[in-house]
Amino acid sequence: MNVHEYQAKALFEKYGVPVPKGAAARTPGEFSHALAALPEGPTMVKAQIHAGGRGKGTFTDGFKGGVKFCKTKAEASEIAGRMLGNTLVTLQTGPAGRKVQTVYFTTASDIKKEYYMAILLDRARSRPVVVASTEGGVEIEKVAHETPDKIFKVSVDPAYGLADFQVRELVTRLGLAGAEAKNGARFIRALYGLYWETDATMVEVNPMITTKSGDVVALDAKVAFDDNALFRHPEIVALRDLNEEDPKEIEASKHALNYIALDGDIACLVNGAGLAMSTMDIIKHFGGSPANFLDVGGGASREQVVAAFKIILGDPKVKGILVNIFGGIMDCDVIAHGIVEAVRLVGLKLPLVVRLEGNNVAAGKATLAASGVSIVSGDSMADAAQKIVRLVA
Amino acid sequence: MAILVTPETRILVQGITGDFGGRHAGLSLDYGTKVVAGVTPGKGGQFFEHGAHRVPIFNSVADAARETGATVSAIFVPPPFAADAILECADAGIDLAVAITEGIPVKDMVRVKRAMAGGRTRLVGPNCPGIVTPGRGEQSHGGCRIGIAPGYIHRDGHVGVVSRSGTLTYEAVYQLTVRSIGQTTCVGIGGDPVNGTSHLDVVRMFNDDPETRGIVMIGEIGGNTEVEAARWIKAHCSKPVAGFIAGATAPPGRRMGHAGAIVGGAEDTAAAKIAVFRECGIEVAATPSDMADALVRAAKARGVALA
Repeated sequence: MNVHEYQAKALFEKYGVPVPKGAAARTPGEFSHALAALPEGPTMVKAQIHAGGRGKGTFTDGFKGGVKFCKTKAEASEIAGRMLGNTLVTLQTGPAGRKVQTVYFTTASDIKKEYYMAILLDRARSRPVVVASTEGGVEIEKVAHETPDKIFKVSVDPAYGLADFQVRELVTRLGLAGAEAKNGARFIRALYGLYWETDATMVEVNPMITTKSGDVVALDAKVAFDDNALFRHPEIVALRDLNEEDPKEIEASKHALNYIALDGDIACLVNGAGLAMSTMDIIKHFGGSPANFLDVGGGASREQVVAAFKIILGDPKVKGILVNIFGGIMDCDVIAHGIVEAVRLVGLKLPLVVRLEGNNVAAGKATLAASGVSIVSGDSMADAAQKIVRLVA
Repeated sequence: MAILVTPETRILVQGITGDFGGRHAGLSLDYGTKVVAGVTPGKGGQFFEHGAHRVPIFNSVADAARETGATVSAIFVPPPFAADAILECADAGIDLAVAITEGIPVKDMVRVKRAMAGGRTRLVGPNCPGIVTPGRGEQSHGGCRIGIAPGYIHRDGHVGVVSRSGTLTYEAVYQLTVRSIGQTTCVGIGGDPVNGTSHLDVVRMFNDDPETRGIVMIGEIGGNTEVEAARWIKAHCSKPVAGFIAGATAPPGRRMGHAGAIVGGAEDTAAAKIAVFRECGIEVAATPSDMADALVRAAKARGVALA
């Protein structure tokens, strides 16, 4: 689960990671109240969407930049008015962009130098890793590619947590000294505390800055949380912003379906994540383009299949459907009845190819054939994929 | 011979009184697997009844192992309590803990893995379909089935299968079986970012197992365990290997069902992994329909008889 920058920064404050003074607003009427919380002077206005690249983004009305420096609070209020309700397109949003429903005002900081700081899971070692760099404010992938010697990593033993010597090592390698070193060490310890306590999968601060007065401050804040651990963090669940999620994905999650919208025109309905991914792949392999990832889980109950069809058909791009079920434990005939009923219920007009395999498959295929609904049967994944690609071509 | 478990292995089931655990304990008993104990705290002394079977339930893994000689545990405990269930296996000195549970917090697994490091208990999973060593009976009856895989699709034989995905494993096994190519053992290592046993761990075991003549290795986007295994295969494995990677069309940054199936950088894409497979002499299946045929090609090239 992801949160907005202003929400992440509120968490930063709670865990003792310094951030610039800031306030969020959801309507133009809230601008003056939010700005009243900040001192007079240079102010940043930041569009709040769950996507990176905001600063270099462009709004659909041509206005440039989702992160703006303003000399005065009055100017900030005017710029915020241009952003709120407008749609911001960045490298990460896709061409449709994302509607800005919240703006965030912060005091503009007096930057001495920019750094990069992140904590995430090192999958290869199954433990947290702290990643720091003297090159902040730019894409870390670019730094890793061009100047890998400027990236420092510290691997944390989960039995002991982040050790003081490791914090000292990071601070030293970043070249911090005096008050900066002391504040930097406090910053890193607090950030690690947040990462560990909230079950975050990643916290990223880019840039972390030093100021002329020796403070170390998080100018940006990105946090992602482990969905599996949300059951023990109701305070984080409360931060979920449904406006940032695809309505079809929200509907799918209500039926314990795992759905992700894609750009193509062949919808797929599959049981199991690995099989669902490879069904998308095989559609592409034979020249088609998948409209979605959809895993109905191991069970694939009738209700789920009906809900899945409704979600798929809610996507106007869809021109055909491929159902791929390996009924290992489930009886294929039960699944076949579910498919027939779903097709009748939603009044399907689009081409449908069904590939059923597994337990009691002969009866399942007979049910599909005798149903009177127009279903093309596929014998293998390859056969089924080729058939649906031909039918939508 | 097989790896990890044989038809003689004695199994206990943690969470046997839950719907999920009970259902699959029953299916394993039907398959002929020696399910000798159940563990549910507070229900010690009761029995799990399934047809003619009457499996004693214990309060702890240690009690169950001591009383019944069970050496392997199948874990069906709900996510908030699953990490504790795994640690209990390690404490009781169980040989192998197979965690089927999906949805365990990553932090819990990071701690569990640290706690188990250097210990005698091997963990397979979590978020995995389990392990099947097929039996010699009709539709592979009499084998050892731990977890949730459909037993009947297997066939006793000489191919090892290792995969992160459940249904994709069944797909591969089914393709092998309909070609009359049997399996030594099929291992689902799970779809989570932190798990107990890696592709490489399983590939090493298959390489050492004299009965295993060929290997199917199935992976997906995210992480680097397939790449690690592929490089080892190139240097050390003498047996034919076929590989498949799911997720070529997955958009970057999105989790595709499995918690671990997410593209984070250039190295963990399907294309990058497939390139390493090729480089390491692994016969790559062009589509998921081609997994068994890919192994047949690899075996033919090396003059190995799979069946």
